[in-house]
Formats: sequence, C-alpha cells, structure tokens
Amino acid sequence: MSITPVAEIKDDNVANIGDYKSNSLWRLTFRRMFRQRSAIVGLVILFILVFAAVFAPVIAPYDPTEVLIGKEDVKRRDPPCIHLFGCPEDQPQHLLGIDGNVRDQFSRILYGTRVSLRIGFFTVALALIVGTALGALAGYWGGWFDNVVMRILDVVLAFPFFLLAIAIVFVLGPNLQNAMIAIAIVSIPTYARVTRATVLSVRESDYVEASRALGASNFDILVRRILPNAMPPLIVLATLGVATAILDTAALSFLGLGAQPPTPEWGTMLGTERNQIFSAPHLVFAPGIAISITVLAFNLLGDGLRDALDPRLVQAGKGED
Amino acid sequence: MVQYTFRRVLLAIPVIFAILAVTFILARSIPGDPCRAILGEKASVETCERFTIEHGLDKPIPVQFGIYLQNLAKGDLGDSIRFGRPVLLIMIERLPTTIELGFAAMTIAVLVGVPLGIIAAVKRNSPVDVGVMIGANLGVSLPVFFLGLILIYVFAVMLRDTPFALPPSGRLPAGMVATPFYEVYDIPVEEGTTRFYVLEFIANLYIFNSIITANWEVLVGAGRHLILPAIALSTIPLAIIARITRSSMLEVLGLDYVRTARAKGVPANKVINKHAFRNALLPVVTIVGLQLGAILGGAVLTETIFGFAGVGLSVFEAITARDFPIVQGFVIIIAIIYVTFNLIVDLSYGFLDPRIRYD
Repeated sequence: MSITPVAEIKDDNVANIGDYKSNSLWRLTFRRMFRQRSAIVGLVILFILVFAAVFAPVIAPYDPTEVLIGKEDVKRRDPPCIHLFGCPEDQPQHLLGIDGNVRDQFSRILYGTRVSLRIGFFTVALALIVGTALGALAGYWGGWFDNVVMRILDVVLAFPFFLLAIAIVFVLGPNLQNAMIAIAIVSIPTYARVTRATVLSVRESDYVEASRALGASNFDILVRRILPNAMPPLIVLATLGVATAILDTAALSFLGLGAQPPTPEWGTMLGTERNQIFSAPHLVFAPGIAISITVLAFNLLGDGLRDALDPRLVQAGKGED
Repeated sequence: MVQYTFRRVLLAIPVIFAILAVTFILARSIPGDPCRAILGEKASVETCERFTIEHGLDKPIPVQFGIYLQNLAKGDLGDSIRFGRPVLLIMIERLPTTIELGFAAMTIAVLVGVPLGIIAAVKRNSPVDVGVMIGANLGVSLPVFFLGLILIYVFAVMLRDTPFALPPSGRLPAGMVATPFYEVYDIPVEEGTTRFYVLEFIANLYIFNSIITANWEVLVGAGRHLILPAIALSTIPLAIIARITRSSMLEVLGLDYVRTARAKGVPANKVINKHAFRNALLPVVTIVGLQLGAILGGAVLTETIFGFAGVGLSVFEAITARDFPIVQGFVIIIAIIYVTFNLIVDLSYGFLDPRIRYD
C-alpha cells in the first residue's frame, strides 16, 4: 500500500499541514510591531531619512560646503526665502535660510542626514560587535576572564556617560571619528552585560548539552545555539542605541568636540550658531528639529521592537495572531 | 543582608581606586601642554620649564600619582593650575550649584513624571495614555541643548516684556549678592578650617541659604534663574520616570491581589493608592536614584547653555585648559557620588523587596 504524503492529506475537521505557514520569530515580530502605530510612524520617518540621505545630491539645491558670497546676493544668516510663501521671485530660494558662513542651510541639513545615519550605524555596530564578543566570551568561559572583564566594565560604567566620552575625545583628538569611538566605548558595557546574562542563563540548557555531545565545537555552540537567544534584547538595545549615539554625537559636536566645520553635522551646526538664537532662530531650530525627528524615529522603532519581542506581552493577550 | 552590604561596599573601593587611576592617566594623556595652554603659545622655554617643575609635572607619572594619593589622604586636592586656588575651594563653590540644579530638576521630574505615569497606567490606551507616551518619547528625543535654547528663546525673547519673562543665564540677577547665612547670623568661622568649608558649601546653595536668612529678594532672583535650566535638565528624567511608572503600575494592576481587592468592592482610588502604588514604586525608586547620579554628569550641556558655573561646566573648561588638578578632583568627586548613588540604589533594591536576595 502506498503512503499518502502528509502534505496531501485533507481532512475538513483538522488543520491541514499543507496550510501551515512559516511563523518564524521574524514574521511574528513584524506583525506584532505593525500593530502599534508609533512603530509605524518611526519606520516611516526612517524611510524618509534614508531617502533624504541617499538622494541628497539630487534633492539639495546647493553643495553643503559651497560658500555663496560672490555668487548670490545673500547676506550671512539671512532668514528663509520660500517662493511659495511669498518671497519675491527675484531673490534666490533658500528653504531654510543662510547659515553663518553664507551657505545654504537646507542642503546642509539634507547632507547632515547622511552624517547622522552613518554615525548611528557605525557607532552601534562597533559597540555591538565588541560588547557582544566580550559578553559572550565572559559568560561562556567564566572564571578569571569573566571577573576581569566585568570589573573593567564596572569601571567604565562608574563614570558618568557623557563625561567619560568627553575625556576620551580629548585624549584622542576632537574630530567626528574619535567622537564616535568614544561613544562606542562608553556604550560597550550595556551590550556586554546583556549578552553575558543571556549566555549565562542558556549555557546549561539541554540543547546546548546535546550539541556538545554531538561534537560541536565551542565556537559553533556559542554562535549557533547560544547567541541567537540574545538577539531580541540586543536588537532592541541596538535600535535605541542608534538614537543615543546620534544624540550624544550631536551633543559632543555641539561642544566642539565632534564633527568639525565644514562637516554638515547637525550638532555642530547648532553649536556654532548657538549665540544667534535671538537674531537668527532659524539656524537653531532647523538642526535641532532634524536631530529630534531622527532620534524620535529610532526611539519609536526601538520601543515598537521591544513591545513586539517581549514574550510577556503575548501571555497578557496583547499580541495574539 | 549586612554581609551583602559589606561586600558591596568593599567591592566599591577598588572601583573608586580604578577611577582615580584612570582619571589621572586620562587627564595626563590629553595632548597639549598645560604650560602652553595656560600661559599662552608664546611662553618661553625657561618659563615653561619653571612652570612644569613648580607644579610637579616633570616627575614620572606613577610618582605623580603617588604624591597625589598622599595629598588626597590628607584632604588636599591640589591647587588649580589656572586659578592658583585650592581645588577644594573651587569645588565648594561649584558643587552646590550643580546640586541645586540637579535637585530642582529631579523634583520636577518626579513630581510631574510619577503622577503622569500613574494616570497613563490607570487610563490605559485612552487619549491621556497615548498623549503621555508621545510626550515621553518626545522628551527623550529632544536634545537637552536644543530644549535649553528653545526655552531661552520662548521665555527670554518672545516673552521679553511680559511678566512671564525668565532670565536666560547666570545664577543671580546682575549685581545681586547672596550673603552667606553665617555672615548674617554672625557665626564665627575661620578661613581654611573644615568648618568653614562645610558652612561655605551650605551657603552656596543659594535657595536654601536665602530661605534660612529670610532674604526673599535673593530667593526670588535665584529661583527665577533656576527655573529654565531645571526644566531643561528635568525633561529626560521626567520622560523616563513617566514611562517606568506607567509600565510598573500596569504590571502591578494586572496582579491577582489587585483583582481581589476590586472584587471585594474596594473603591477604585483606594485600590490604586493603597494597594497598587506602593508596590509599583520599587522600579521607580531605582530609576530615580540612577537618574540622580547620572544628572551630575549630564548637566554639562545645561550648564553650558545657561551659564551656570557648576561642576559639569568646570570640568569641561578645565579639560580644555589642561587644568589637571581640577579635572582630577572634580571627576573623582563626580564619579564617587555616582558610584555611591548606584550602591545605595542597589542596596535599597534588596532592602525594599524582601524577595530579592543576592548570594
């Protein structure tokens, strides 16, 4: 007698195997995330930002470092001139006005998107990779390595976040790269701790032991069996970490310790024009709002991910599918 | 419990030592020469040599560190290279500023954040809840320096000639002097004694000082100057506290004993206030403690914008000027306060919730 393949068995009273759709963690997570409007808003803003970053050369009417002194009849810190809102046609249009060095601010804000997204991505990537590696190894090996690493991280955590970043930037030299490195260093303990906690809790599980019994190498076990458990909290931390990285790099740049002129970084733009709040508010509001929107997007996204990935909320009946 | 406390305190000591060492090394790793930074680029080589020897900067770093530790044990934090005055005196002037600012900011954050969080939790998914959550998200996303500038713009520019105008910088109106209380009450103090340091420290808390000397002019002046920076600095802790209060309340409100109380017919507000709130408070207290410690470091930006001569601003200026003693002294004090706060929070966690006992 031939055996009917399982997938072809049809029975009206039973859920058919053929109807089974893959419900991986990713799918479930995304579906639950999209139920929250805030996360969707965050994602939409993020798309707009990425779009602006990628197409900045096309959208921006001017080059961000182009000084307009001889080329147009504009003065320093001119207010915005928008033809749609009544600015006379014979004056060149500058949607967000002119900055202190006679450059178009709108173009600088647009190119600033590139700078900020790059900052967020690289800072978090660095902190994530180093932190996860340290935490995983510390949790897995234990012993003196664990102790030493944790004490070092405690010392890093003992300093107020921002002051330590300032000190590191001063030692390395005030430029954007060093600001990113400084913030990455100060963020490493967070990722390391979370990874270590997960590794510790999963290390003695049955399936890990099974893998070991089957002869898998330590590296294999660590990466393929243990680390995936740490992914949900790490993803949330990383997303929120991008927000913090952008915010803190802007703060460092504001103090003159990050991106140096003429790099169109929003924090630097705010910092140089800080004293013009009374005479040229557009030079303060534009970069500030840009920073806020970007950070908000990542915060919303991170919150959405956290709510979607939180297993407890499923039990409370919040995210049924 | 006592054992746990003891062990945690002991563990904090090597951490503090490591902080001292790291600060020392970091401060001296900053490129640039304090002599050139303070005396100017054109200082002659002989002047710089003399300067370096005078300040003991020519000795090898471990030796300098040893000397520093020795002095530290005697309570001598060294003299500022820039001002020539003892770091301790400068600290006594500046630390109360930051403490006042931090305290005011945390008061606002707690008094506004906790009720908002409770309301949001009780009226879950209502427009109030959504509003509070959006507000909290915005609060965490707005850069402090931007918010400070906006506040300045609104209150010092837009509302300039209205009674709502608030001053944008400094601690006191120009020309106003906050007479220390020991002068007003003729308490005898001698300069240079510990008693002097303590009294001067307290006197520099302008708000407190003006209250105990009944100097209402100074109270109003200092208060008005404190409002804007306090609001700016409180925003992020407020948002965080509101969120954590909300989630903690939500968790507690879902527990069985609350359901029992409701089923028994206990009126709603009594359920909230008497049964739910206190248990929800634990994570909130933890966060408040942590934020209080963190504010000390984060106040740099607020102090820079509002011209508040506090600890954060001093450290920043000192780093720029390569004024090592100030950098070391201030950073160490800040870090010690931070570590102490974290320790207290850690210990209180085990104290407040008997279910938590570390081995």
